[in-house]
Amino acid sequence: MAKYILQRIIYMFITLFIIATVSFFLMKLLPGSPFAMEGKLSEEQLELMKARYGLDQPIPVQYFNYITNVAQGDLGVSFQFDNREVSTLIMKKLGPSLQLGALALGFGMVVGMLLGIAAAIKHNTFIDYGSTFLAVIGKSIPSFVFAGMLQYYIAVKLGWLPAAFWEGPRYMILPTIALAMFPIATAARFMRTEMLEVLGSDFITTARAKGLNSVLVTFKHGLRNAVIPLITVVGPLAVALMTGNLVIENIFAIPGLGEQFVKSITTNDYPMIMGTTLFFSFLFIFIVLVVDILYGIIDPRIRLAGGKD
Amino acid sequence: MEKILDVKDLKVSFDTHGGEVEAVRGVNFHLNKGETLAIVGESGSGKSVTTKALMGLIPSPPGKIKNGEILFEGKDLTKLSDRAMSKVRGKDISMIFQDPMTSLNPTMKIGNQIMEGLIKHQKMNRSKAKSRAIELLEMVGIPDAKGRINQYPHQFSGGMRQRVVIAIALACNPKILLADEPTTALDVTIQAQILELMKDLQKKTETSIVFITHDLGVVANVADRVAVMYAGKIVEVGTVDDIFYNPQHPYTWGLLGSMPTLDDEESELAAIQGTPPDLLNPPKGDAFAARNQYALKIDTEEEPPMFKVSDSHYAATWLLHENAPKIELPEAVKKRTQGFASMGASNDDGKGDTK
Repeated sequence: MAKYILQRIIYMFITLFIIATVSFFLMKLLPGSPFAMEGKLSEEQLELMKARYGLDQPIPVQYFNYITNVAQGDLGVSFQFDNREVSTLIMKKLGPSLQLGALALGFGMVVGMLLGIAAAIKHNTFIDYGSTFLAVIGKSIPSFVFAGMLQYYIAVKLGWLPAAFWEGPRYMILPTIALAMFPIATAARFMRTEMLEVLGSDFITTARAKGLNSVLVTFKHGLRNAVIPLITVVGPLAVALMTGNLVIENIFAIPGLGEQFVKSITTNDYPMIMGTTLFFSFLFIFIVLVVDILYGIIDPRIRLAGGKD
Repeated sequence: MEKILDVKDLKVSFDTHGGEVEAVRGVNFHLNKGETLAIVGESGSGKSVTTKALMGLIPSPPGKIKNGEILFEGKDLTKLSDRAMSKVRGKDISMIFQDPMTSLNPTMKIGNQIMEGLIKHQKMNRSKAKSRAIELLEMVGIPDAKGRINQYPHQFSGGMRQRVVIAIALACNPKILLADEPTTALDVTIQAQILELMKDLQKKTETSIVFITHDLGVVANVADRVAVMYAGKIVEVGTVDDIFYNPQHPYTWGLLGSMPTLDDEESELAAIQGTPPDLLNPPKGDAFAARNQYALKIDTEEEPPMFKVSDSHYAATWLLHENAPKIELPEAVKKRTQGFASMGASNDDGKGDTK
């Protein structure tokens, strides 16, 4: 197992190197320059600025410098945000995004799975139809509609919870619910289908034939087998939720990464774009690795070669 | 002989979109202590549904036990609540399933799967249950039981998995073991091993066995008595000798006639013509009439009752009525029953001690 993880980490660095290379050259193709917004700069001033940031050198040299810096853990300095370190900026904005994403994912998975299990056990009943209806709504209505509705009814009309900002647990509830609708729907659908199939399988009958009660059979024997396909979608979903949901962050005025990423693209803030891209990629690869390890823990049949047990 | 199980007029049906399917239509049989009763019949004849009903494992809805009694040591299992029934399942009555590849939980160590029942029924703690599980694995002939207990089902071969399934079934020393085609999914050499194992264990534990199968070769090998099922009913019941040497029901003839034998010069194997009736609309009269070349007029009008052939042997066919014409056994069947009789001597010494 250790050997496998080490191998995967080496692959991760190779992948990150390729992503860095591709995004570097793609970025050079972006129209405009980072300094276009600075108002009217004279030719000389522009040259000076370019020289300062190393943009006057030929592209291969720039590339070489960039990769060397990144390899040393230096993501560079932002052009726009007061010349601050890209890594500091990311870390500062990362907190709220990660919190919101993790909350929405956790809440969404638990609620969605319970809904799905209930629908599977009571399939073709009112509970099943209700859960299906909820799942369709969660998948088809975009999160900002829920966000708006929650803000209007719960925060503004009823005044129960704050409508915006990110200053404590009470502020987290509404954005979490709004963002969790999609994972709830996803988990509920997957869980219902899988659970129905698993509960119909022979080993469930074996477990029942042992005299175990149906709750134990469902959760001990059923759940673990039904959850395997869901793990596949959880990985990408987790990254999508945690790397900042631009819309929700905007509506609730949450100072997160998503907002910052978009801002850096519109201003050609090269180091910021590169840094954020690399960071997102890293997070994605890392979560995929975690998911793969989780697979092995949950399903011994896909326990990876080299694993001794 | 003491009856341990007595099934009376059991009817099980399933609600489907097309209507009510009567899978089991009034089944009567009993099981004596320590014996092996084989229930034979083709697919869809209601064998598995009958055993599931005995376990209280008919999925409901859509299935339900419509009528009848299942008397186990005098108490009617159909009247028990699911909670009370779960105390019987796995403890007094347990079950071996057809396909060992799918009947074990793939994500759970086999040790834990054996221990579950022990912890629930015998109130054992984990370490005690574990040593009992090792004992059970040794009993069913799994080498290195101590090490294997921490392995997962995919690390076992099909035959070994069926041994594990048997160990699970026998964990709490059940009084009745229901074996639903336990060797059908295994290859032939493994089949023989598993059958030997079951016979051996029966001798040790004195469990009564209901053995579901469609393989008459297996029946001859393991059973004391045989019940032949067709279209949700038992059409003939008797000892192994009764059924193999003196079959009375045309359907039993058909089954025996379609058994391949080695010493047969005929190249063709006799098949029973036609298909079983649709149990959504069971036919009037004898359900086998449409496929029966010896069918009488009354077969299409009235269902035959069980006629007594001997104390141990009953068959539901109008051919046994005193007014029925005498019918010669079909050639193929005659040859086979004679063949069985001549093989009988060698067969008996293998089975004599299980009786």
